[in-house]
Parts: sequence; structure tokens; C-alpha cells
Amino acid sequence: MIVEQRSSGDGTLARAFQGIAASPKASLAAAVCLLLLLAALFAPVIARQNPYALTEIDFFDSRLPPMSESRDGMIYLLGTDTQGRDMFSAMLYGLRTSLAVGVTAGALALMLGAALGLIAAYLGGRWDAVIMRVVDLMLGFPTILVALMILVVFGQGTWKVILALVVVQWAYFARAVRGTALVEAKKDYVKAARCLGLSTPRILFRHILPNCLPPLIIIGTIQVASAIAAEATLSFLGIGLPITEPSLGLLIANGYQVLLAGLYWMSIYPGLLLLVLVFSINIVGDRLREVLNPRLAT
Amino acid sequence: MTRLLEIKGLCTHFPTPKGVVKAVDGVDLQLEKGQVLGLVGESGSGKSITGFSIMGLVESPGRVTAGSICFKGQELTEASPERLRSLRGDRIAMIFQDPMMTLNPVLSIATQMIETVQAHRPTSRRVARAHARDALARVGIPSPDERLSAYPHEFSGGMRQRVAIAIALLHEPDLIIADEPTTALDVTIQSQILAQVQKLCAETEMGLIWITHDLGVVAGLADQVAVMYAGRIVEQAPVDQLLDDPRHPYTQGLIGSVPAANQRGEELNQIPGTAPPPLNRPEGCAFRPRCPRAGGVCHTEPRETREGPRRWRCYNPVGAEITA
Repeated sequence: MIVEQRSSGDGTLARAFQGIAASPKASLAAAVCLLLLLAALFAPVIARQNPYALTEIDFFDSRLPPMSESRDGMIYLLGTDTQGRDMFSAMLYGLRTSLAVGVTAGALALMLGAALGLIAAYLGGRWDAVIMRVVDLMLGFPTILVALMILVVFGQGTWKVILALVVVQWAYFARAVRGTALVEAKKDYVKAARCLGLSTPRILFRHILPNCLPPLIIIGTIQVASAIAAEATLSFLGIGLPITEPSLGLLIANGYQVLLAGLYWMSIYPGLLLLVLVFSINIVGDRLREVLNPRLAT
Repeated sequence: MTRLLEIKGLCTHFPTPKGVVKAVDGVDLQLEKGQVLGLVGESGSGKSITGFSIMGLVESPGRVTAGSICFKGQELTEASPERLRSLRGDRIAMIFQDPMMTLNPVLSIATQMIETVQAHRPTSRRVARAHARDALARVGIPSPDERLSAYPHEFSGGMRQRVAIAIALLHEPDLIIADEPTTALDVTIQSQILAQVQKLCAETEMGLIWITHDLGVVAGLADQVAVMYAGRIVEQAPVDQLLDDPRHPYTQGLIGSVPAANQRGEELNQIPGTAPPPLNRPEGCAFRPRCPRAGGVCHTEPRETREGPRRWRCYNPVGAEITA
């Protein structure tokens, strides 16, 4: 069974890994992604301070520049914010929040979009028309506008931000899956599966979906990056995540208020981290597209 | 005893913006248990659509517009989709032309076979797997246990077609529709598969409809042969009679077009022209424009002539005098 499971995604995953390893740029980006992922996962271990625990924060250490020393001898690597939080620790926790929200939203959007795209492609006709018109509608609106409207209607909160991101992103997945599934559904193995009396859900999710994976992986990667950026934008605008658990976007927003006072470190460093994160994910995504897209591969 | 399959006046039409394509236009077929029926015709003559009509899998916008398909006493044209689905793969199975395409490339053979078993019988994975292994062994796949965990791309074309046949045979169906299953294979593999199928047919008493354009295959395999042209069956007869003494000029033309091994240097016979476009079939007999024996009477639709086990649709059958 284990052997079976491993080899089932073999072709696609093996090609993806080889493709990334073959490009130094993509390898570096993938390494950065991995590093940031680990940093986010182990944030409580790495951080010198829990930025959410108000008792650990010393208000008298607020607005200290990078490399300054705290009163009890700790070095604030990247300085402190207006509350006296260690910026380095706050950024690790912020990264954690940003990644969690981005990946969750991306994964949920992928599932929803893939399911709807498959249904549109396989059932065709009215289903296809309705689903794809909604997709067109969603893609026609600017992402941020739709997300803003949802948050204004439903109010703030982590899950509401995720909901907003899923709503604006599922359409990309649906369109990609529909395109691939239309091609796959015409192939003989689908006809053969129907001749064997397999049920429609089984044919859809067990037979067609695995054959649609390459574009899904590519779009999934890029959409996670865009979800992280979108979440940061929403938080920056002050309607994203709750202020008690700042994400990178909220950290930037907080620092932005004192940026012109010369306290650059409070928004520059989280901004740089966000940039590096989104940029590396996109580089990996681009590389995956080069490797997995049959039209680009020669 | 009821017949295994009795098709009467089957019409499968495809409405298109340019007009109705009558892919199958009044087909009658009978098949007894354990019998092999060869369904022969050129590309586009409606052979495959006849097969899909029996399966209830005519692709939209096409549908069965008239006629009846009676399988073991049940009317299939009026059966519910759910009923048809439970018959497919269980009592009626289909084998396709291109073995490269009919197996899902991302699922192992075991997965594909087990799900077919479980789609029709509530069994455990272990039992289903054993069943699948036996089926592979039965179609002559060496070391079936190891091959079960393999993926389709690890098999050769002939082996894949064996796997496809094994999957079709999983539930020992009463009827198998084979749509040009050996066309994509080379000759030696083709004869191996034919021998295997013949043996399995004799063992299990299943009925077989073998759709092909290769009269050579039909000669060695079928009991009955039906020749299709432009959506109709133009001649049907026991295989020996049909090959030795064809009545329809089209059948004669088909037989004449088969190159024989000892004819080197001689010009090959051919039927002039091409099959009529489906949207613009000639009035009367559809074969008229290509027929060497056509006369004025052929402008009206020929009726079916019966003679013992044989039937044909022609005003001027081979061996009779031509009426103008």
C-alpha cells in the first residue's frame, strides 16, 4: 500500500522536484520558502519573547532601534515597536499567522474551485454555463474590492478573512480545472470508466481529478502567495486580522504610522519579510509552471 | 428461451445545427448466448454508435430516437440511468480500440480493477484484489500478482489490451461489445488476443459483438456477420455463407478489397468513391453512387429480403440479374 501511494503521484511530483532542483534560482527560492516555513512552525521556540503576552513586553523598551539592548540584557535584533515588543519575535509570529491564513485560504479555494470546475466540465450544459458565468463575474472584479465588501458585511476575524480570500480565489482554480477536465473527460479512459458502471462522483474525483493535478499545483502555489499578499493588504487597511494577533500586514501598518518619524524598522523589516516570502513562492510557482506545463515543455 | 440481445429498428440520431445526423438508422440485430457477431463496416458507418446505444452511452446531443434494445428480456431504451449503470460493467461490458487510452494513466491496475469489482459487488478490498488477480491470470498475463501494482505505462500495447479485457471480464458479463479491440495492435499480438477471446467466449457462454473493419478477423472469430453501411445493416448472414457467397454488392466489394498474400503484382480491388457524408446521404439505397450494379430501382429504399438465416437489402443482389 505504501509503495502504491508513493508512486501514484509519481510522475507529477518527481518532475516538479527535478525541475526545481535543476534551476539554481528556483532551488534558492524553494530553500527560502522552506526556511520561512520552518521559522513559522517553530516560532515559539526561536522567538525570544511571546509578542502576544503583554507581561513579557516592557513598555519602557518601546521604539528602540535595531541591535539595542533591553534593560535585562537581551539584544533587540530588529528593534522594538511602539509597545516595546521585540520586532524579530513579532515578525516570526506574524509570519506564522500570514502563512497559516494564506495556506488555509489557498487550500480551501483549491478544493472548492476544483470541485466546481470538475462539475462544470463533466456535467456541461446549464451547470457549466452557470458556474462559469459566476467565475467570469468573480474574475471581473478586483480581488481587494470583493474582499473588502465581504469583510465590511461580515465583520473582522481570522476565519472571515479566510472566507473572503476563498471567495476571491476559487474562480482561478475552477477555470483551470474546467479547462483541463474538459480535455480529460473526452479521453477514452473516462468513457471506459462509464462503461464499467462506475458512479459519476467516482469518475470525477478518482479518475479525472488526479489527471488535472499539474495546473492545480501551479495555480495553488501562486494563489497562496497572492492570498498572503491580499491578507497583508487587508490587514494594512485595518480590516483584516484582529489587532491582538498581528500578521505581517498589520505589523507594516502599525509601523507605517511612525515611519515618517524616522522609526523605519517597524515597517521596513516586516515589509521585507513579506516581500521575500511572496517573491520566493512566486519564483517556485513560475518554475513549476515551466516544468509541468506540457505546452512549455519540449 | 429469451434471446440474449434483440435489437429492432434502432435509430440513433444526432441533431446538429446543419441537420440531423442519422448515425444509426433502423438497425435490426439478434444475438444468442455464446454467439459471436461480427459487425463490419467502414469508418462512420455507425458500428460504434450501435455499440454505445446498447450501453446507453450515446454522447449528447445524440440519442436513441426509435426502436428497441431488448437484453435478456429487459427493454434497455426505457431503463432508468441507474439501472443501466448497474448493468454496465456487470452484465454488459465494452472493450475499446486503443488500449493506450482506455486505462487511467495515474491509477494502478489494481486500483482500477478493484474499483470495478466494488462498483457492482460489496466485497472487501482483499477479496476484490484476489478476484482481479485471477482475472489477469485468465487473460494470460504472467505473474499477475506483481503486475497488479503496476501502472498502465509499464505495460506494452498488447498487455494493456489484455488488462482491458480482464477488466471487462471481471464480472463474467453476458454480453461483451468489443469496438475494434485489435486494430491498434500488431498482427501477432492480434492473433494471440483473438485466440484468447475465442477461448474465453467458449468457456463462459457469453455473447460477443466484435466491431471491426477487418474481414479477416471476422472470418476466424464470428458465427454471424452483419455488414453496416451508412447507418443500416445491408447484409447479415452466417460467416461462411457471407464470405463465400455475398449477396450485397457492398459486401462483395469489401471482400474484394482484402489483399490476399498470393496476389503480388495484381491490382487491388477497391470500392470506388467514399462513404456518403452523414448529412447528405443519397436517396434510396445509400450505396447506389458507388455500386457497380445500381439501376433505376435503386432510387427507392430497398426492402429487406430474407432467405433462411440470411437477409440483405438490395434490389440487385450479386448473382441475380440486374434490373434497371
